[in-house]
Amino acid sequence: MAKKFMYINRKAPYGTVYALESLEVVLIGAAFDQDVSLAFIGDGVYQLTKGQNTKAIGQKNFSPVYMALGDYDVNKIYVEKESLEERGLSLEDLQHLVWEDEDNDYEEKDSIRLVSRAELTDVLDEQEVILSF
Amino acid sequence: MAIEANGKTFETDEEGYLANLNEWEPEVATAMALAEDCPLTDEHWDIINFLREYYEEYQIAPAVRVLTKAVGKKLGKDKGNSKYLYELFPYGPGKQACKYAGLPKPTGCV
Repeated sequence: MAKKFMYINRKAPYGTVYALESLEVVLIGAAFDQDVSLAFIGDGVYQLTKGQNTKAIGQKNFSPVYMALGDYDVNKIYVEKESLEERGLSLEDLQHLVWEDEDNDYEEKDSIRLVSRAELTDVLDEQEVILSF
Repeated sequence: MAIEANGKTFETDEEGYLANLNEWEPEVATAMALAEDCPLTDEHWDIINFLREYYEEYQIAPAVRVLTKAVGKKLGKDKGNSKYLYELFPYGPGKQACKYAGLPKPTGCV
């Protein structure tokens, strides 16, 4: 039986290693039979922003990797509405993450689900394993 | 470790993956394949080129499952299965093809 795994991402993408580590664990975990969800809250929402440029800090820009999550059947990506608003961001500022529905002629579907803080609480309630980064 | 190709020396890690991914040139793939007794055909190059494009776009080496699915979509269902890919790359399509393509070892690949 696939277990329901939730990875919560709370930190800005660079400056600490949490965001990258979380992404690697998600990709490794996706090889196993898990029901994977991701949540982005607080500064974690910055991980999904468009147009990241890391040249000045001499680190690899790993934001394109999020675009590959759909290939790994990771397509339940919850973004907390309040966290975006508190930072003056909207869905438009985030990368457009999609997945292809193989059973439906490879139709592209949105992976990001914009949820309120209260709705996210309910989603977290349904999980069997929660990992926080 | 290192590998000779095109009259130059390329540094590799202990498993034979290119140390500096930006140094890759097609001759590196040919030399690596020759060393492993796996001469490259057009079919091998299809996969190697596909992997390089995938890495260019997403900055990761895809897991075998992802590679299989994507190859099936791009190159046809008859090639999008592990039997076909393992026949081309008997040491494992993820490991071996990524190495020839100058990519890092796929994340989660042991």
